[in-house]
Amino acid sequence: MDKSLIRNFCIVAHIDHGKSTLADRIIEKTGLLTAREMQEQVLDNMELERERGITIKSQAVRTVYKANDGKEYIFNLIDTPGHVDFNYEVSRSLAACDGAILVVDAAQGVEAQTLANVYLALDHNLDVFPVINKIDLPSAEPQRVKDEIEDVIGIEAQDAPLISAKNGIGIDEVLEAIVHKIPAPSGDETAPLQALIFDSLYDSYKGVIVFVRVMNGTVKKGTKIKMMATGACEEVVEVGTFGAGRFLPCEELSAGMVGYITASIKTLSETEVGDTVTETDNPCTEPLPGYKKVQPVVYCGVYPADSAKYEDLKEALEKLQLNDASLFYEPETSLALGFGFRCGFLGLLHLDIIQERLEREYDLDLVTTAPSVVYKVYKTDGTVIDLTNPSNLPDPSEIEYMEEPIVNAEIMVTKDFVGSIMELCQQRRGRYISMEYIEAGRALIKYELPLNEIIYDFFDALKSRSRGYASFDYDLKGYEKSSLVKLDILINKEQVDALSFIVHSDSAYERGRRMCEKLKDEIPRHLFEIPIQACVGGRVIARETVKAMRKDVLAKCYGGDISRKKKLLEKQKEGKKRMRQVGSVEIPQSAFMSVLKLDDDN
Amino acid sequence: MMITKSELYIHIPFCVRKCLYCDFLSFNADEKTKEKYIDALCEELMFIGKERCKTSLSSVFIGGGTPSVLPADQMVRVMDCVKENFTLDHDAEVTMECNPGTVDEEKMKAYFACGINRISFGLQSVHDDELKKLGRIHTYEDFLKSYEAAVKAGFTNINVDLMSDIPGQSVDSWTKTLRTVCELKPSPAHISAYSLIVEEGTPFAEMADEGKLDIPDEDTDREMYHMTSGILSEYGYGRYEISNYAKKGRECRHNLGYWTGVTYYGAGLGAASYYEGCRFTNTSELSVYMDDPIDSFKLDEKLTNADKMSEFMILGLRLTKGVDPAEFKERFCRDLSGVYGREIERFKAEGLLIEENGRIHLTEKGLDLANHVMQAFI
Repeated sequence: MDKSLIRNFCIVAHIDHGKSTLADRIIEKTGLLTAREMQEQVLDNMELERERGITIKSQAVRTVYKANDGKEYIFNLIDTPGHVDFNYEVSRSLAACDGAILVVDAAQGVEAQTLANVYLALDHNLDVFPVINKIDLPSAEPQRVKDEIEDVIGIEAQDAPLISAKNGIGIDEVLEAIVHKIPAPSGDETAPLQALIFDSLYDSYKGVIVFVRVMNGTVKKGTKIKMMATGACEEVVEVGTFGAGRFLPCEELSAGMVGYITASIKTLSETEVGDTVTETDNPCTEPLPGYKKVQPVVYCGVYPADSAKYEDLKEALEKLQLNDASLFYEPETSLALGFGFRCGFLGLLHLDIIQERLEREYDLDLVTTAPSVVYKVYKTDGTVIDLTNPSNLPDPSEIEYMEEPIVNAEIMVTKDFVGSIMELCQQRRGRYISMEYIEAGRALIKYELPLNEIIYDFFDALKSRSRGYASFDYDLKGYEKSSLVKLDILINKEQVDALSFIVHSDSAYERGRRMCEKLKDEIPRHLFEIPIQACVGGRVIARETVKAMRKDVLAKCYGGDISRKKKLLEKQKEGKKRMRQVGSVEIPQSAFMSVLKLDDDN
Repeated sequence: MMITKSELYIHIPFCVRKCLYCDFLSFNADEKTKEKYIDALCEELMFIGKERCKTSLSSVFIGGGTPSVLPADQMVRVMDCVKENFTLDHDAEVTMECNPGTVDEEKMKAYFACGINRISFGLQSVHDDELKKLGRIHTYEDFLKSYEAAVKAGFTNINVDLMSDIPGQSVDSWTKTLRTVCELKPSPAHISAYSLIVEEGTPFAEMADEGKLDIPDEDTDREMYHMTSGILSEYGYGRYEISNYAKKGRECRHNLGYWTGVTYYGAGLGAASYYEGCRFTNTSELSVYMDDPIDSFKLDEKLTNADKMSEFMILGLRLTKGVDPAEFKERFCRDLSGVYGREIERFKAEGLLIEENGRIHLTEKGLDLANHVMQAFI
């Protein structure tokens, strides 16, 4: 394989700036697929992804392009997940590329995520060239956006192709730019095998399919390979490249190539993203840099709404994990919710996606508890625990101090909303770092924020306070000591474990009060009065009361009413069946969820 | 079990105007439509009388809508049709609903002459401002005239419907409504006192959604509801069902039939029937009904034995005298305690049910929370 005819690249963009559409056009134009075969968006093949307009798992596609110079080039387009939750996966995908196309919306210009992604690409020494998309929009300002790219990002943009991916304008120019502006891969085919895993997926026939970029050496059927981080060893069954939505077996993969390997590997946990594949008998001296074990950032309890569905939930999680090694789960028991699982996610979006897939693809009704970040609890006996479930917090007397995760947040917003966004960050215990006007009218605000302040509803609050204009990006900075307390909720004097959470001592009162108010609306009246109390360390800090039910009667029931009224009673009864019994109080499932949205009155 | 008696319900879906809280099947119509409707109704009555009803009728109830919007001769036609095609018990109770302002003495006399022997007036309130808020078309003065006309025509068995929880109503105004009606000369034999239900799809429901329905708060509502039985008992009315009060022996026999599982046939638009263990409902589409009044019904449910036991409880418990375990045993050949013992004991412990003189009935608190109790028997 002539390396000079290979181009390995990815497309980086802010959400909705047209990354997937451009990818589709490139695939279409390079003739790999006829227009008829094109799905709406070839790269996003999960139903959920299409609905959300985002790409969850990175995938790759190989196309053949006959350039103006008459030569045929192999394009390996590696798709990257577009969300901060998957930052590590993004970084590994980038590491598999030699260059990147930066797509910027001609109307919206540079956004926070654009910056984050492009910096990430530059960090990986990729050659980045911009294209200006959606130039056919009436609000398009290509010159302004070009200037902005040069000013803000600092890369040359004056000759950026002006395109409309949606309407197929300017695509030829992009293809030529790929050939000329993205470097051909380097590497030595004869050196020991060194291949980067940038993704993998589970197939019930082939086992794990490992997506690799070969940096050095060659791999083919029969090669005995080893994953350097996990130590797993297998013999290669098949290698190949990526057709659109299909695997195309080939003879061998050599330095510079992107493709897949199968080797009857049973679980994804043996093929971690970022790991290096080498040859067992002739290993490379060092693994490729950048490998990191992915750790969940957000945890929550996931319970079946119908406790009889526990086994179904377990099976569904097992299946999901086959294709998503970053999903973590372990069995957990709650007094209020029964048997379920504590699940760990890369972030809130990841949590949302998994929850939706469980509900949609596996037809499960779920109750989830408030998401929690991982706290570090330093105990008086010198040990440290990673706390993922508030219920497991040791007695305060055993705690020396606690630490919480802090993120570096970058928010980009038009200047009219700077005030309200800063107020929001301030409310969320943010530490102001800097603010700069990146062009007339727009500002980049930097804050350090505790992660637990943004996992609830920060995105929503941000959106509503900026009328949808703010864009937001963050990465984990580290842990800091913090004054944290566990807030417990008592319903009719009984503690409901599933409602406990960790909160900063300054916000405890406010959160407790809101929780009680919310629960008061959610819990139906019973025959007796129900006190709802929020407690910190046994001290009640807020209280509401659900008054006793005094009237529940159908005034009229005559001949024509009987069937209908019976149905009404049946419905009421069904509703009760689905509730969770805590002591003598029946709590609807919705109560557990509603407390996640405490700030919806913003 | 041999069916020994049956009841007949006749629906007249016409009204001058729909009240704001009403979710019954009713609407305004021109005279020609009304006449055609009566043709269809008579056709259905003839069919039921000849083909379905195997027993004599212990009661007939002509409800609506407002049956009294029909011209007197049409009502006479309906009654003639009933008498021709059914056997009425010699003491059969024959009720007709009337709205104040739609009748005069002539009409009343015609009703009485054709065999109607009980009148049920939809009054709701003696306060004109409250009547207006409900969207009623009449005043209290209109009622007095209609009431007098009924008495003059010879009616002695008269019911008056009253409503608590009306927007803007106070404890005092409700007290006044109750007492004024009890003090009518002669006093009505029967009073139905409902607290307002905001039914889905009514203008009231819409107003409630918009926060514009100014109904009394819960405390006031309960106070009005609880004082009702006290005041009415002062005047000799005994409560015999959740919302119904009567002088001794004047309980509405037709309605008692609904709560004790008696067979009933419904004729007319949207009317419901219960016979041979099944519930049926006629179509509620006027044109469909008029095209084929005999064959435009559907089966709602076929009651299993368990359903029948459940209905025995949930309907029987509406009555203040409650249910009789001996009757349960006779009907179902099973012990009530064997089927529902656990539920009954639980509600007794919660003070919602009580066993007295061999019968089980709701307590005062249980009457307030009847749904809560009834759910357990479903």
